[in-house]
Amino acid sequence: MNNWQNFTKGLFKDNPVFVMLLGMCPVLGVTTSAINGMGMGLATLFVLTCSNLVIALVKNIIPDKVRIPCFIVVIASFVTMVDLLMAAYLQPLHEKLGLFIPLIVVNCVILGRAEAFASKNGVFSSLIDGLGMGFGFTLALTLLGSTREVLGSGSLFDFSFVGEDSNTLLLFVMPPGAFLALGYLIALINKFKRTA
Amino acid sequence: MEYILIIIGSIFVNNIVLTQFLGICPFLGVSNKISTAVGMGGAVIFVMVLATIVTYLLRTFLLIPLGIGFMQTVVFILVIAALVQMVEIILKKIAPPLYQALGIFLPLITTNCAVLGVSILVIQKEYSLIQGVVFAFANAVGFTLALLLFAGLREHMELMSIPKGMKGVPISLVVAGLLSLAFMGFTGIV
Repeated sequence: MNNWQNFTKGLFKDNPVFVMLLGMCPVLGVTTSAINGMGMGLATLFVLTCSNLVIALVKNIIPDKVRIPCFIVVIASFVTMVDLLMAAYLQPLHEKLGLFIPLIVVNCVILGRAEAFASKNGVFSSLIDGLGMGFGFTLALTLLGSTREVLGSGSLFDFSFVGEDSNTLLLFVMPPGAFLALGYLIALINKFKRTA
Repeated sequence: MEYILIIIGSIFVNNIVLTQFLGICPFLGVSNKISTAVGMGGAVIFVMVLATIVTYLLRTFLLIPLGIGFMQTVVFILVIAALVQMVEIILKKIAPPLYQALGIFLPLITTNCAVLGVSILVIQKEYSLIQGVVFAFANAVGFTLALLLFAGLREHMELMSIPKGMKGVPISLVVAGLLSLAFMGFTGIV
């Protein structure tokens, strides 16, 4: 597999959200607007790429039996860094994402890539894999966030295109809307995949 | 009264799965049958309460006095992973029937974000230890309730004819959405 295929598999063929259904908690929890979804996606992208890189670097020194706890410590360290950096420089976004920032630790996409890819492959391809999967995750979160924001608040990236007193489908920015929007998005993607 | 409010609030009004979106993976993963949902729910109640007590004590008596509160995430996740392993070993030794029932679900709990989420929420909400324990227990019961309801619905759904494109994950998500909509009816009781 060349590097380009390695990168794009995370975006479409093995998209962590739409195809592999990993890391669903932040996917449903923070996508009330496109900005929130994108912010969460980029935070996850950072942790995923860095942890893939570090794990690929140290995989030969880690004894096989304790590898999972070691991976978790690496991931948790990067999550703490993101948490503190965002609290310092992106205060409003940090407040909105709240609990889901520390919970990046238990996002199964990250541990999954560490175990399935970075612990078996070289440093450079692990870096590419992390970037691909991270961008795939960001893409999915931004898409779902945009869908919910357009339907629920009548705006996109805070740019409103309906009048102030107009009725929007408020349901879509509330919890049930997350499940419904994701369900129909996956059904739509399945349909395109079958016809393609 | 305060405890009753915490209990009702956590089980119904702010259900951990259906309105807070924590623990979605086991919610979608192991909810095919009612019997597995019961097993998973039992294991989560057990571990969540225990994890909350241990992380609370560790934070109050170790992290804060040492001034390393920022290590919270790293310490909590390690404690939960170690705790799950320990519970597994102890149950195997002293209560084999219980281990038989919960056994296969225990390793899955480490990556259940509901456990870490509740431990962090107890700290964020500045609860006392007893309030924290009540909160953790109620949230675990709420998790079990959501899992049970969803498993029941999915058992019925197996007999339905579902359009091809909606089969599997999409229809499960739509059903979860409707369940979440039903839980919104509880808004405002507390």
